[in-house]
Amino acid sequence: MTTFETSVPAIEPTGSLSDSVKIHGLLAEFETPGDILKAAEQVRQAGYRWWDCCTPFPVHGLDRAMGIKPTILPIMVFFAGLTGLIAAFVLQAFTNSSGMSVWAMVWVTGYPYLISGKPLLSIPAFIPVIFELTILFAALTSVFGMLTMNGLPRLNHPLLGNDRFRRATDDRFYIVIEARDPKFFRTRTEAFLESLGAVAVEEVQD
Amino acid sequence: MSSIRADQVGGRIVDNTTEVPGTRAPLVLNMTTFGQVTAQVAKVSEAGRAPLAWYVAFAGSLGLLGLLGVCVLYLIFTGVGVWGLNTPVAWAYDITNFVFWVGIGHAGTLISAILFLFRQKWRTGINRFAEAMTIFAVMCAGIFPGIHVGRVWVVYWLFPLPNQMEMWPQFRSPLLWDVFAVGTYFTVSLLFWYTGLIPDLATLRDRAKGRLQQVAYGLFALGWRGSNRHWHRYERAYLLLAALSTPLVLSVHSVVSFDFAVSQLPGWHTTIFPPYFVAGAIFSGFAMVVTLAVPAREMFGLKNLITLRHLDNMNKVILVTGSMVGYAYSMEFFIAWYSGALYEKFAFVNRAFGQYWWAYLLMVSCNVITPQLFWFKAIRTSIPLMFFLSLVVNVGMWFERFVIIVSSLANDFLPSSWEFFTPTWVDIGTMAGAFGLFFTLFLLFCRFLPMIAMAEVKMVMPAANAHHDEDGHHHGTPAPATGGPS
Repeated sequence: MTTFETSVPAIEPTGSLSDSVKIHGLLAEFETPGDILKAAEQVRQAGYRWWDCCTPFPVHGLDRAMGIKPTILPIMVFFAGLTGLIAAFVLQAFTNSSGMSVWAMVWVTGYPYLISGKPLLSIPAFIPVIFELTILFAALTSVFGMLTMNGLPRLNHPLLGNDRFRRATDDRFYIVIEARDPKFFRTRTEAFLESLGAVAVEEVQD
Repeated sequence: MSSIRADQVGGRIVDNTTEVPGTRAPLVLNMTTFGQVTAQVAKVSEAGRAPLAWYVAFAGSLGLLGLLGVCVLYLIFTGVGVWGLNTPVAWAYDITNFVFWVGIGHAGTLISAILFLFRQKWRTGINRFAEAMTIFAVMCAGIFPGIHVGRVWVVYWLFPLPNQMEMWPQFRSPLLWDVFAVGTYFTVSLLFWYTGLIPDLATLRDRAKGRLQQVAYGLFALGWRGSNRHWHRYERAYLLLAALSTPLVLSVHSVVSFDFAVSQLPGWHTTIFPPYFVAGAIFSGFAMVVTLAVPAREMFGLKNLITLRHLDNMNKVILVTGSMVGYAYSMEFFIAWYSGALYEKFAFVNRAFGQYWWAYLLMVSCNVITPQLFWFKAIRTSIPLMFFLSLVVNVGMWFERFVIIVSSLANDFLPSSWEFFTPTWVDIGTMAGAFGLFFTLFLLFCRFLPMIAMAEVKMVMPAANAHHDEDGHHHGTPAPATGGPS
């Protein structure tokens, strides 16, 4: 992850601490869901790409205002469910057969056991396990797929080091424009965020 | 959207059970801002000391948990003979408790999944602790078949693991379906609960004063920062989980009922079992939610979040599912008569008038008559009455499983093999001990985790509507999807 280095005025003595301060971006605080919705629309229209809204709960309409593409999560979950379905069928068909296989990483043989004259490959009796594994695989994928695509879990993030940002999980709404955005300019972006009705705009250090 | 604004009701309206046409009843009382919700819910886990009642309840629960430990160890070191099981009655308290606890566990997922799909916003006040209750109940349930196998050190034979005996579990047996159904149910319920907890754990992390709380909540919050790009996938994942859990919750008790229905025993071999068990599970689960919600909202001062309307709604669900259970009881008798099968007819006459007539009478009076009282609004909205009635339902539902299991087994085909089941102190101790485990876990949860889903409650507050303070509807122009980091 590259970060944008602030341009330090040339008159500053080189080698001072302020030289090496990298900023993550600018943080703008809003008070209501309505405010952030209007602001987000304008940030998108201004052409920013590396920016985000952070809210204590999902604000209705914000996805559209930000222009977020629909996630591919449902497609992943569908194929995970399909995998569970096939895996459950193969597992049951094999364990009730007299075959041999290495699918369990070791050589294993089936265990055909005749009971009540039921056929070994009795698909109706396999349905409950097929159903349960379909659900299990799909559910695990929806949670872990969501976390992975969100880049979570992570132990730290520049925003989490910011004191003002602590209210993002309480009652305030934030827009962050990251310094790596091609349109990011320290002063111009700050003025832009202030013009959107932010109650506060501050720098977030990396 | 016409709604009663939170500031109009602030401090004045306490009764939100009255239906006013054209308006939505407020789900959060006496609060207008999001910060108030956070402060009130987080206060419980941030307080240095819990209420005195919590310590008393916790001590009692720990005592019962200790009893569970003693009973289980005694059983493991001695053998299943310490229970009162005998030859026709090989299943009694153990499986009764298993079915009872799995049933209790149904309300949580019903509230979190089915009510979510039906857009029942009132679920937000109660879903978190109902889901926690589900997980703890399924843990209690899992103990019983686990120790009933006798040789607990080979309990892994339940799972299809390659082994030197070249044997596999029997996949055509309902008992194995149960392993998969309950295992999947526990896993998915845990995922659902934890997914919902992530944003609230982040709230506690951000409010934490001490280093220990910050690290502990921080680790489990997984670095959540409320990014809307994350919320977008999060909401989709939550919807998918709800859609997956809905058939799952209906399947679990159906599979549990197959343990009985697939066998040939009169009284068990019945096609009505799956829907009847599911209705019974929801009935008992909601009763347990009421049993827990009533003291919890008193103890932690959450009456404005778990309002009378929430309790009223739950009592309505108890009324509906209780009526379904009553219908199933009568239909079983009708079919037993209509089938003309001698053994089937005997099984049901014996159930009502045989040696377990007292258990049957208790079951019918608790499960059929009690819920009908909830037709009256005065009873649905009376806190002491609903608490008492929910306890009655819990007792009734325990006896339902006892009646089905024991009365059918004790008097089977041959009168010469009939036997009467009498529980031993270990049977009773294990049953009481499971309640100890359940309440210990539940009390720890109440104390250290957010009992109310803060982020979700904020969403259903009038202030969360982005167009809250505007007159007309205004939606932004639909944006073309940009190529940003999504």
